[in-house]
Amino acid sequence: MSQVIETGKAFEFTPENVKKAKVFIAKYPKGRQQSAVMPLLDLAQRQNENWLSKEALEYVGKFLDVPYMRVLEVATFYTMYNLKPVGKYFLQLCRTTPCWLRGSDDLEAVCKNKLGISSGETTEDGMFSLLEVECLGACVNAPVVQINDDFYEDLNAENFEAVLDKLAKGEEAPKGPQIDRINSAPEGGPKTLLEKTGDA
Amino acid sequence: MPTLTVDGIEVTVEPGTTVLQACEEAGAEIPRFCYHERLSIAGNCRMCLVEMEKAPKLIASCAMPAGDGMVIHTNTQKVKEGREGAMEFLLINHPLDCPICDQGGECDLQDQSMAYGSGNSRYHEMKRAVAEKNMGPLIKTTMTRCIHCTRCVRFATEVAGVEDLGAINRGENMEIATYLEQALDSELSGNIIDLCPVGALTSKPYAFAARPWELSKTESIDALDAVGANIRVDSRGKEVMRILPRLHEDVNEEWLSDRSRFSYDGLKTQRLDTPYVRKDGKLQPASWSEAFEAIAAKLDGLDGAKIGAIAGDLVCTESMKALKDLMDLLGSPNIDCRQDGAALSAVRSGYLFNSTIAGIEAADALLIVGSNPRHEAALINARIRKRWKMGNFPIALVGEQRDLGYGHEYLGAGPATLADVASGKHSFAKTLKKAKRPMIIVGQGALSRSDGAAVLALAKKIADNFDLVSDDWNGFNVLHTAASRVGGLDLGLLPGEGGKSASDLLDGSLDVLFLLGADEIDTSKLGNSFVIYQGSHGDVGASVADVILPGAAYTEKDAIWVNTEGRPQLGRRAIFPPGDAREDWTILRALSEKLGKTLPYNTLAELRAAMIEAAPHFADIDVVTPAPWGDFGVEGATEDSAFVNPITDYYLTNPISRSSRIMAQCSAAFSKVKTEGTGTNG
Repeated sequence: MSQVIETGKAFEFTPENVKKAKVFIAKYPKGRQQSAVMPLLDLAQRQNENWLSKEALEYVGKFLDVPYMRVLEVATFYTMYNLKPVGKYFLQLCRTTPCWLRGSDDLEAVCKNKLGISSGETTEDGMFSLLEVECLGACVNAPVVQINDDFYEDLNAENFEAVLDKLAKGEEAPKGPQIDRINSAPEGGPKTLLEKTGDA
Repeated sequence: MPTLTVDGIEVTVEPGTTVLQACEEAGAEIPRFCYHERLSIAGNCRMCLVEMEKAPKLIASCAMPAGDGMVIHTNTQKVKEGREGAMEFLLINHPLDCPICDQGGECDLQDQSMAYGSGNSRYHEMKRAVAEKNMGPLIKTTMTRCIHCTRCVRFATEVAGVEDLGAINRGENMEIATYLEQALDSELSGNIIDLCPVGALTSKPYAFAARPWELSKTESIDALDAVGANIRVDSRGKEVMRILPRLHEDVNEEWLSDRSRFSYDGLKTQRLDTPYVRKDGKLQPASWSEAFEAIAAKLDGLDGAKIGAIAGDLVCTESMKALKDLMDLLGSPNIDCRQDGAALSAVRSGYLFNSTIAGIEAADALLIVGSNPRHEAALINARIRKRWKMGNFPIALVGEQRDLGYGHEYLGAGPATLADVASGKHSFAKTLKKAKRPMIIVGQGALSRSDGAAVLALAKKIADNFDLVSDDWNGFNVLHTAASRVGGLDLGLLPGEGGKSASDLLDGSLDVLFLLGADEIDTSKLGNSFVIYQGSHGDVGASVADVILPGAAYTEKDAIWVNTEGRPQLGRRAIFPPGDAREDWTILRALSEKLGKTLPYNTLAELRAAMIEAAPHFADIDVVTPAPWGDFGVEGATEDSAFVNPITDYYLTNPISRSSRIMAQCSAAFSKVKTEGTGTNG
């Protein structure tokens, strides 16, 4: 049983990514280039449709002159590295207490009913993958789902479905709170500090 | 020098010592799993908890540096409860399958849970199970038993220098695995079996073979390479069940190479257990007296110059001394212990590993010539790697380009490069010049060639030119591959006046040739020579013999072995030789009587007295007697050809290993060398 998937296709950084990788490596003292393994794995994952193949892992190992096993250790330790292909939209559904109290179960049901996927699965068309994760640190806007790099907040079954519909159609779905509020401000606008300062 | 109090006892320790070591110094026993004095500190098993005054919690003593004025308690109620807690957590996912576990009886977890555990469990949930891993033909895995001490990972990374072993996943899902399930390709892999404190990594060949308490343990010396590793031979009845390393700081520390550890099943197969005499062109079993009579008839009235003898790689010093004395009595100068034709002379400093193995740690530059120490002496290679890891140790290699397990500069392939270094033309010459304690290691690959003496002279020139030899340092080293070689040279098994050397002895010009365990030879030109083979295994030598005298293997006799440093060490008999086979020196003694040239010793003690007379340092067991710097090597022209390492297949270098199934499996799994098909293999 191996956790690593071989694609048979060679992996290589694009010239821009090589440049970026060199910047990451330059942040560490000479001879300590292996410290850059995490940003480089991230870079490789972004270039490789959001997952790391055997070739990508070994490329990073070679790039940093680090044994492959050391790279694999890091890649298997952190859940943010995907070791198998994921959909175009990678949904990370928070299920920690605040999100759960605010209805993350409903969002999970939407995925199950609408997309037909549970945690760790990918839709047949390769558009969506779902992963249940622990606290994403946006409890004030619970429940929250991270789609690729963006947070979609204050979700409920309806607006989450709307987001998914837009994405499925290839449209852009506005990120952030999906209800009437700015960032983490109160719903419907500010409630305090309404007067202008300096009057008194 | 911090001074601290442990259980009311004041101890002063070196700076950098851990609390755990300080506790041991004070006589307190600290349980541990992950801590190992030869590996880096991990601090992840939490078994070594002790109480430190003014600290809010128990501390992990292995990871805490000893500080001045610390007050440590190792036997309070709090410590007891802490250990019980740590043990309880370790046992949560550890299966209680001791009755079917090979580690049972020598298991750290078993012992320490008896001594420090609470004796019961509060855990009723399911235990996790982990898939077995493939780690090759030597290591059996039961990964469910693993407690994640990571000793094996640290050993492979730090000592063995193979970074294929690691811990994947995390938390409860953490597993020890090799990269993509590859077998662990290292000559030292067997040591992780010893290091594993539980039964997760056990010996595959020894699986379910014996329990530790039913084995007789004999402390002996390994003879399968020239390191002279200290071993413990575990035997039951007339069978060697396994071989383990013994601690010797100056030789093998506590490691053992895989060939030395796992060749033991070769002791049971292909054995010569009765004398044979060739009758009508076929070797037929015979009695001892028949065999001796056949030899006596052949030697009767024969001129000594028509007789020759070669001593092989696995021969003990006692039998070499007896052979040498017998040849002297027969009036033959034709004797040689260098079956590979190495151009070594009788000057002792010219064939020893003068720096000593432990001395490598004091060196500050190294030039390796015609050798792959990783295969020729894996434990010396581990020592070089240890030194290299300390830093500031430039290493250069002349010879075959190989992965040695440490960083090195590759200079070139042959004598020309060596000559460049010797004359100071090469850039590495500057490094040698600057170094205070430079070393050169000359392998048999550089010496076993027709221009070997000239190469040796070049190496000596480097030693002289770059001050490798001073009053308190000798950086000139010859790395041997055979356990018998230094002993043979010490005892003077070299051609006498007008005598022939090994290659000339094999050209068929002699009437009688005595092969004492000599198997790594070219027998194609023997012609009509009458060949007497004395040895333990039916290998190359025995197949061409006219008379076979069955001898004892290294586990079956009391013998002195001299390692490549020139350190005489005492091997002891673990089991008796099979069948009619006898200890080798007694065979030669009996034969000499039959020939009417009785050797002047009747007991082993008398023989050893004669050896000490010939080479006084044999009296100082386990002492390296420094050899005075002398003159050796013959300056002359060298050839252009590259150095070729003497070992092509690490796992099959001697008759015992070649008879071993385990070694054959290793060779198939790891060695890149492919043997040619015979035409019947598909």
